[in-house]
Amino acid sequence: MNDAVHAKIDTMVTSNDVVLFMKGTPLFPQCGFSSKAVAILEHLGVGFESVDVLQDMDVRQGIKEFSDWPTIPQLYVKGEFIGGSDIMMEMYEAGELGELMAEKKVAPAAS
Amino acid sequence: MPMASDDIKAMILEAFPDAIVEIQDLAGDGDHYAAKVVTPAFAGMNRVKQHQAVYAALKGKMGGELHALQLTTGIPE
Repeated sequence: MNDAVHAKIDTMVTSNDVVLFMKGTPLFPQCGFSSKAVAILEHLGVGFESVDVLQDMDVRQGIKEFSDWPTIPQLYVKGEFIGGSDIMMEMYEAGELGELMAEKKVAPAAS
Repeated sequence: MPMASDDIKAMILEAFPDAIVEIQDLAGDGDHYAAKVVTPAFAGMNRVKQHQAVYAALKGKMGGELHALQLTTGIPE
């Protein structure tokens, strides 16, 4: 992978507590899976940074290699790759995603 | 390019011969699938690793031909 893209993604996931790589924006998701991921984070009430991969082809390709994960969305918490929308949904339904956010001391969304 | 559900199932079974694989065509259009893969081979792997193992079995088709595959993985009880 291109080192510059790698470094850029690394900075994104380490300088923000919760980062969602998605297609579109939280207000206008461009894919059902991204929309689902946003809904889960909003339900949990955590603040998150979103990255629209459709705006940056290097990041769109680079994130797949960075995480060794073929699809978007992808969730990172405190620099750790958590999973895609299916894993988020599974963890959310089991109450594990909320616990993870609490354990990692992630701040709630500013209201 | 859509994939036939039998092809998806065959690829997963090739990698995990003892898996129980259920494929569901969500929209009836041959393009939106849900797959459930349960195998003892997932023991000791977290969810991310289990999903990555299935993606590896699909040999790069995930994220390309297969955009819409909802994946659930597990270990038999």
